[in-house]
Amino acid sequence: MKVADVFRSREITAPLVEEIRATLTRPVRIMEVCGTHTMAIFRHGIRSLLPEGITLLSGPGCPVCVTPAGHIDAFIAAARLPQVTIATFGDLIRVPGSTGSLAAARAAGARVEIVYSPMDTLLLAQKEPKRTVLFPAIGFETTAPTIAATILQAERMGLTNFLIIAACKTMPGALEALLADPQLQVDGLLCPGHVSAIIGADAYRPLTDTYGLACTVAGFEPADILAGLLSLVKQCTAQTPEVANCYTRAVTATGNSKARALLDAVFVPADSEWRGLGTIPASGLVLREKYQQFDGLRQLGIAVQPTEEPKGCRCGAILKGCLLPPDCPLYGTACTPLQPVGPCMVSNEGTCAAYYRYSGTAEDRRSATTTAATVPKPLESTITNP
Amino acid sequence: MKADAIVSLDHGSGGLASQKLISNLFLKYLTSPQLRDLEDCAMLGEFAGRIALSTDSYVVDPLFFPGGDIGELAVHGTINDLAMRGARPIALSLALIIEEGFSLQDLERIIASVGRCSESAGVAVVTGDTKVVPRGKADGIFLNTTGIGIASHRYDISGKNALPGDAVILSGTLADHGITIMSRQAGIDITGDIHSDTQPLHRLVACLLEEDAGAVHVLRDPTRGGLATTLCEIAHASEVSIIIDEERLPIRPAVNTACEMIGLDPLYLANEGKCIIICEQECADALVQLLRRLPEGRDAALIGRVEENNSGRVSLTTRIGGSRLLEPLTGQPLPRIC
Repeated sequence: MKVADVFRSREITAPLVEEIRATLTRPVRIMEVCGTHTMAIFRHGIRSLLPEGITLLSGPGCPVCVTPAGHIDAFIAAARLPQVTIATFGDLIRVPGSTGSLAAARAAGARVEIVYSPMDTLLLAQKEPKRTVLFPAIGFETTAPTIAATILQAERMGLTNFLIIAACKTMPGALEALLADPQLQVDGLLCPGHVSAIIGADAYRPLTDTYGLACTVAGFEPADILAGLLSLVKQCTAQTPEVANCYTRAVTATGNSKARALLDAVFVPADSEWRGLGTIPASGLVLREKYQQFDGLRQLGIAVQPTEEPKGCRCGAILKGCLLPPDCPLYGTACTPLQPVGPCMVSNEGTCAAYYRYSGTAEDRRSATTTAATVPKPLESTITNP
Repeated sequence: MKADAIVSLDHGSGGLASQKLISNLFLKYLTSPQLRDLEDCAMLGEFAGRIALSTDSYVVDPLFFPGGDIGELAVHGTINDLAMRGARPIALSLALIIEEGFSLQDLERIIASVGRCSESAGVAVVTGDTKVVPRGKADGIFLNTTGIGIASHRYDISGKNALPGDAVILSGTLADHGITIMSRQAGIDITGDIHSDTQPLHRLVACLLEEDAGAVHVLRDPTRGGLATTLCEIAHASEVSIIIDEERLPIRPAVNTACEMIGLDPLYLANEGKCIIICEQECADALVQLLRRLPEGRDAALIGRVEENNSGRVSLTTRIGGSRLLEPLTGQPLPRIC
């Protein structure tokens, strides 16, 4: 049995589910901050196993979803320039800005390539020296160090046809801004495993100290998530909020100092606009003056314009955990994964897309939020599958 | 590249260069008498039964990939579409649209594949067409195959025929073709047991029908959109619901790992040599045993059942005992960011 299989085996997960049920004595509201958690919770059917008293809210942890339309418009404006190739993460290409998407720009003739790592863009730039290759740099502390390393590598290679549009964001400050909102009612945070590997579990201490919030860092396998939820339920029930780390195989108290040093070498914190949340002080990363030759906005003369959210779109309230996707008037009607209106419907990790993909009809989607679904009986057969 | 090593517009003109291409390359690998006659159409003789007709175009990128190439796909894909209605494939057409400048060596490799696969499947290419378009007007080469098959009047196999209580069988491992192509497109060099599953299924289907034709209600090959999308189509067409069991899904470990690495769900990736069999529950175990004795079905598994609920929904019981609904694929499968 592989290590990952252990974290997915019913022998490990069933006792955790039982303990959550036994420990829960009052309703608790838990926000899973990270989009990958949202996806994993749906993918493994974890909601259907939880007792009714647990409400899971999805937070602002999908990088595609929190990138404002103005930035998407800037990516599209760059794509429409002659001699510019956009090299982007796949989930970004269908995200609607105020005037279309990168996918639409590609259909109209722009060069838009999907890459799996920012480093791949350097190969593209080397292969086509007459074109400028631009990487829309979105992501949190998890992705940003790789982008920083790419900038340093481009500098070492002396590349003059590689640019980024810096739109990375950082997590703890944004969470703090979110929690300061009196509308938000949350008892605990399931903290993002990947981001925490970089920033360290201690980064959440101010949230516990200031807001009395239970914080648990968890990994992404079913057993990780259930152990994280159990830790949060225990803290909420005993009213002893703390920062707990249930992902010790990847996350330490202080995080990855090398990755943070890379970030610091290339980027500097700046105020940043989050889609649906507004501008949050020092929650974004922009290029240091030293690396301005890689700044796509400056080099191509593109300005990020303030934009209005699409009419009726409630992504902002959903990202804050104030509204569940099925309660948005556009959800499942005007806004579907095929024709997304808001960013939460586009990315695999967007809350609305995850609800839509994994929770069935509108009625089911509504009930999938808190209630336990009926679990079908196992198949009866004498055949052992390979 | 030398001028005589590439396809030129002359090769598609119908003139001397076309004739030379046909006689020196196509007829070298495609050897049916009908094709060799170079008539305007092929005569196939008389057959008893219902005529089945299917067509498919192939635009895969890359053209050559671990486990196969575009030529193999073009032969197997159309044979399989015929087989999925219980038809016995009897002949194929082959049409090519080639971009000017395409390598003749690659063309020969593709036609050799078509020849080898159609011969080994026992389904000849009996008619064909070649067009060459100017550089930039196509992407290398596109293939189209159309197939004719004969289906017996005795049985009716259709996506509309799933009945409550039926068993759902999958003839082998999931997502092999999809992950092979997507990892190549992504430029990710994954080592390990990752290769396309392209193979013809008409012999497997013939064995199933010979064993118990009346018990088999639905046959479908889960190609684009993968298992999840195909099951949704069946559930919708048959007005039933389907439940499958994650624990029973046969997926190679290397494929699973690659899917997790790139961020793709194997339930939504294409297969090119697998079929879903929906049959009477009582016969399911025997049919799985039969499939496992066949080279095309050695990893066959019983994966789920059909329920009496006309919602058209498909749900998955996850490994940890949870439940989730499977929706049809929307858009294209996109890799996740982190």
